[in-house]
Amino acid sequence: MTVTNTRQIQYKDALIESLTQEMQRDPTVFVMGEDIAGGAGRAHLGITEAWGGPFGLTKGLIQQFGPSRVRDTPISEGGFLGTAIGAALTGFRPVIDLMYMDFVGVCFDQLISNAAKIRYMMGGQAKVPLTIFTRFGAGTGNAAQHSSIYYGILSHIPGLKVVVPSDPYTLKGLLLSAIRDDDPVIVCNDKKLIKMSGAVPDHPYTLPIGESRIPLEGQDLTLVGIGYTTQLCLEAAQTLQSLGVKPEVVDLLSLSPLDKETVLQSVRKTNRLVIVDEDTPRCGIATDIAAIVVDEAFDFLDAPIKRVTAPHTPVPYSKPLEDHYLPSSEKIVRITKELLNRL
Amino acid sequence: MELSNQTILWLYKTMLTTRCFEERLIEEASKGKTRGSIHPSVGQEAVPAGVCAHLAMSDYISSTHRGHGHAIAKGVDVNEMMAEIFGKSTGICKGKGGSVHIADFSKGMLGTIGIVGAGVPLAVGAALSSTLRQNDSVSIAFFGDGAANQGILHESMNLASIWKLPVVFVCENNQYADATPVEYATSATNISDRAAGYNMPGWTIDGMNVLAVYDAAGVAIGRARAGQGPSLLECKTYRYYGHFFGDNPLTYRLKEEQEKYREQDPILQFENDMQLSYPKCFASRKRIREEVTTSIEKAIEFAYSSPYGPITDLYDDVYVNYAGLETL
Ligand SMILES: Cc1ncc(C[n+]2csc(CCOP(=O)(O)OP(=O)(O)O)c2C)c(N)n1
Ligand SMILES: [Mg+2]
Repeated sequence: MTVTNTRQIQYKDALIESLTQEMQRDPTVFVMGEDIAGGAGRAHLGITEAWGGPFGLTKGLIQQFGPSRVRDTPISEGGFLGTAIGAALTGFRPVIDLMYMDFVGVCFDQLISNAAKIRYMMGGQAKVPLTIFTRFGAGTGNAAQHSSIYYGILSHIPGLKVVVPSDPYTLKGLLLSAIRDDDPVIVCNDKKLIKMSGAVPDHPYTLPIGESRIPLEGQDLTLVGIGYTTQLCLEAAQTLQSLGVKPEVVDLLSLSPLDKETVLQSVRKTNRLVIVDEDTPRCGIATDIAAIVVDEAFDFLDAPIKRVTAPHTPVPYSKPLEDHYLPSSEKIVRITKELLNRL
Repeated sequence: MELSNQTILWLYKTMLTTRCFEERLIEEASKGKTRGSIHPSVGQEAVPAGVCAHLAMSDYISSTHRGHGHAIAKGVDVNEMMAEIFGKSTGICKGKGGSVHIADFSKGMLGTIGIVGAGVPLAVGAALSSTLRQNDSVSIAFFGDGAANQGILHESMNLASIWKLPVVFVCENNQYADATPVEYATSATNISDRAAGYNMPGWTIDGMNVLAVYDAAGVAIGRARAGQGPSLLECKTYRYYGHFFGDNPLTYRLKEEQEKYREQDPILQFENDMQLSYPKCFASRKRIREEVTTSIEKAIEFAYSSPYGPITDLYDDVYVNYAGLETL
């Protein structure tokens, strides 16, 4: 999986490019969401694309594919998500822009009771090739109802697939895989990555859902990151390297299915594990990975497994409190030092 | 309807306070003093003022992301509101909520809620409380034209109707939800048409005219207080600015439209009304303007000079009596 093309583009442009390429390739793909074009119904006034989506993540799509395949919706998440499931059951590959991950709350029933279970309940007769992309995460002062992370909750549900890209390259590969996948996939985008630049091949390519990658090899300990926290792990790794410590970084990418083998192999080599997740810790992915490693690689561990996560609280508005809420490379370095000093 | 001078001055001062609060807030936002999103309601001041003029402290309101006007009209302290938006510990929610989460339970202000539509059933629940207590408090659910399309609105209206709860659903139809025009997103010609489906009265009125809002809200609130059940009041209004501070509304609407509404400015309209019908009030408008400007400047000073809360605030109030689980 080497990047041969060195063209640098932003995360958001990788998202638009992936959607564009897949809509060109497959006429059954269409996109729905709030303000994904903006100014809907006002072509007669010369208005066709007022917003191009929250953060401009769908800019240009309506110009190319028109309002039939780029559908602005009312603020009715339960209704339009359920509608997408219905279209998916009857032969389309809908892509939903769910503006913020917090709004999972509004359409949770459609996700967990229908999208996740219909295939199973109906004896495998049907499939739900649905993709949802959404924005998550704290750090922007958007407070408790617009900063939440629910990918842990979603990964808990059998029948849903959940991926979290960590840069523009992994976004494109995972989004294309998600759209082509025959199961419902939620592509979770950390707001803090949206302006990040990185090398992205211009041709369509896929990254397998259910596979993690190792952006940095090392032997002293394993740092597991999810999305933006992979970037934090890489930042922390630089500091650690200057102190003579060689961490290995696992970029989880896929939360469900979970690539436990990559994590286990790394831990068998490094014998120490720190998992970094911005989600809250109870019943979360970090906790889940810790349980798996204790279960399957206990004999390889030289130290307790540490989790660097948000605390068990909602996201506060005030800047000093929100700063403290978030995982940071400093926290990762501090925890790592504590772990290594135990010897 | 003839109004007392006291009511007239209250309406005027409430609208002005909201206008001045938000215009000053926008200045601070452009200096980077606020975080997240600020949703100005400039242009819409007549609705919260005209409705809340009928309310006592024992009545309840629930509000939206565009809620500064509702909070001010329900009597929430502007110092504490401003400090909240600056994220300071003296804020009405200790700086933990910001502009989109302002509440003062001591004044019946149940909160501005950031999930579109999610505040509405809170007002229905407060109305249920009043019914259970057998008092004559009423509740107001403020919501936008965009929120009108959430399922929860319909569930809430149906519940309120079958139980005849003392609640008024006040739709501030400012004609846009983000960049989406109401005529695209909404099946009904008037949002108030939907009242019929829930067997309650519905009215569409001019929400730029505070006296029109006052009159209509008086009827709806009077019904609720008298035990005659809920109603739906759609106020046609307009926000002068973009959806949030930083959004350019000209990407989805025309300049001529904006100018047309600015000509109907609720505060200027009301000054004209005062000049015609309430000359005594009109004469004191300069003094009121000065009072309002001074109070908002004080609020800004208060917000600047207040401290941030200690880091331990992060862990407080997750539960009433469970310390939660601290990590790091
Ligand atoms: C459930 C949910 N979906 C989407 C959003 C994002 N959002 C915030 S405000 C808004 C528009 C609301 O429009 P309207 O109800 O008309 O209120 P207005 O902003 O015009 O006051 C949207 C889509 C949200 N906060 N909650
Ligand atoms: Mg609106």
